[in-house]
Amino acid sequence: MRVGFFVTCLVDTMRPSVGFSAIKLLERAGCEVIVPPTQTCCGQPAWNSGADAHCRDLARKVIDSFLEFDYVVVPSGSCAGMIRNHYPEALKDDGAYHLRALSLAKKTYELTQFLVEVARATDFSAKYNASACYHDSCSCLREMFVRDAPRQLLANVEGLELKPLKDADVCCGFGGLFSVKYPEISERMADDKLSDAKNSEASLVIGPDLGCLLHLAGRAARRGENLKFRHIAEVLANCSQASIGEGT
Amino acid sequence: MTQDPLAFREASKKAVHDPRLKQALGRIKGHFQLARRFASSDFPDFDALRGQGAAIREHSITHLHSLLDEFEKSVTTRGGQVHWARNATEARQIVIDILKRSGARRVTKGKSMVSEEIGLNDALLAHGIVPIETDLGEYIIQLRHEPPSHIIAPAFHLNKEDVADTFRAAHSKLDPARDLSDRSALVGEARAMLRAAFEGADAGITGANFLTAREGAALIVTNEGNGDLTRLLPRTHIVVTGIEKVVPDLNAASVLLRLLTRSATGQPITSYVSVMSGPHSEEMADGPREFHVVLVDNGRTRLLGTPAQATLRCIRCAACLNHCPIYGAVGGHAYGATYPGPIGAALNPNLLGISEAHHHPNASTFCGRCAEVCPVKIPLPTIMRYWRAREYAAGLPPITYRAGLGLWAFAAKRPLLYRLGTRLASRVLKKLAKGGRIRALPMAGGWFAIRDLPEPQGKTFMEQLNSP
Repeated sequence: MRVGFFVTCLVDTMRPSVGFSAIKLLERAGCEVIVPPTQTCCGQPAWNSGADAHCRDLARKVIDSFLEFDYVVVPSGSCAGMIRNHYPEALKDDGAYHLRALSLAKKTYELTQFLVEVARATDFSAKYNASACYHDSCSCLREMFVRDAPRQLLANVEGLELKPLKDADVCCGFGGLFSVKYPEISERMADDKLSDAKNSEASLVIGPDLGCLLHLAGRAARRGENLKFRHIAEVLANCSQASIGEGT
Repeated sequence: MTQDPLAFREASKKAVHDPRLKQALGRIKGHFQLARRFASSDFPDFDALRGQGAAIREHSITHLHSLLDEFEKSVTTRGGQVHWARNATEARQIVIDILKRSGARRVTKGKSMVSEEIGLNDALLAHGIVPIETDLGEYIIQLRHEPPSHIIAPAFHLNKEDVADTFRAAHSKLDPARDLSDRSALVGEARAMLRAAFEGADAGITGANFLTAREGAALIVTNEGNGDLTRLLPRTHIVVTGIEKVVPDLNAASVLLRLLTRSATGQPITSYVSVMSGPHSEEMADGPREFHVVLVDNGRTRLLGTPAQATLRCIRCAACLNHCPIYGAVGGHAYGATYPGPIGAALNPNLLGISEAHHHPNASTFCGRCAEVCPVKIPLPTIMRYWRAREYAAGLPPITYRAGLGLWAFAAKRPLLYRLGTRLASRVLKKLAKGGRIRALPMAGGWFAIRDLPEPQGKTFMEQLNSP
């Protein structure tokens, strides 16, 4: 299987270890992983701002970079959801690209979904000694319909005790540019999520989307909360880097 | 209380820090979310029912013209009268004319969001007609001179202590030392007050949950029975509702009823379902002498044929409000408009104009819970995004925002330039970080207002990938 890996702009700039962890997992699952060098951002900030022309330009670029692969795998439900659900919508009046968008949409997967549903790999002999909770990021859950895959993968991590998180399906308050447009509402939502995480008696919050994790870790740091945050790919790939916001 | 949708940001700031409001909104989960969850999982295939409901509503709004014609004929045949209002002004005038002709001075009202939408109560008062809201929640907020904060629970923002204070202030002739500490005392007092209002009313005004074209009937659901007393006791009954409420027949309405009550309050059926199909006749012992239906457009037809058309499917169950984390944090009043929450975000840009209501579709993380629970499958985030696109196309977002987005897009379309930018950004951010985080940056006040930025790892992914 030739897999085109879409690293996402946040992972590229803020946390490359998520990308390298994901590649390690994909290779262990038997995939040939290629990282097209022409990729930048999926265009979601433009789409969600209603800047449709900018979004269409970026969508065409992503389509050109990724159409040749058997699959496209993304370590983020929201960027994967953008490609799968919104590219065809954004390009509906662009004949040739609309068809390409539909064909790309069909082969685009969120990382954990791909590992479990396509590559059929659920055990990566990972070890992580911690009690953790898993936060379903909204796009993963409601745009990509990923609920069981990450839990199945985490169940096979030795030493990891997964605690049930109350309201795991409720938004953490990130929402891309929402987080900077309405910080006070975002704050309340983050605080509710952090309280639920603490009440679950977990010391580690695991998530599938770096955006949500940067927002939650940033809020926890501001409040002085003693919680750690990691992307699921890092946990599954035994990544040795410090957790998000822990410093080096 | 003035309504100002442009003040959303300020109002939401206040709302999230209001402990009493937080306590009141905290009841959403137990009150509405759980009830809906149980009711929908008890039903054999609720999702299939949603599909059916969506199809009925989609059919209805794409056949509005013929269904409304049929509805008018059916109502007229039964001796009722149908009035058409293009906008809020016409709707108010029609109601006032009917009431003046019949000499009505005191009017009881059932809960109606359309009457809020068109500002009916103030108009009635200005013409010397006294409206008395008879739904308990509406009655409470009428005493407080507040608009509803929720589509089906207008006083949801209040705690029972707030209601006790309101009653003490409004019912000043009663013993000030009376005990109002429990809910039944409050309900009892309201009931006694409302009985007198029902007995003295010259006319009754209700909304409608559905209009059925074949039978010429208007349906309302209530749990308090106030709807029946409002429509049956007075001489004149006026139904004021939106044109989109029409469905083909009672069979279609019965499917939607199953969805409505389960999605709204989690009940398999409400205590009362009233089918109102015309004035008193020879065969009927009682009922109003006059039966009027005022059909209000007020911008609804403008949505037909647009990407926001599905908004017209809405059956006003409020499930989207009840599952919205934004509504749950700020409550209804912060929106400064009749319709709050996700459905408000879809309706208000059309009702009020996008420049007036621009906050509403923007105040969403697109978490998608609203669309997930909507009984008629309205793609609410898609519609909110459509309004954002309209806003952007009209050049309404601040110039700094558009320029920033333009600059970012310019770079993102040029991978080499983009790589330079991200390398620079990750290095600078890394340098600025202390103890794993950055506490502030210029021109990023929105982010740093409430949170730090975790330190980046240093070299970008692409840089590390290509270095040996």
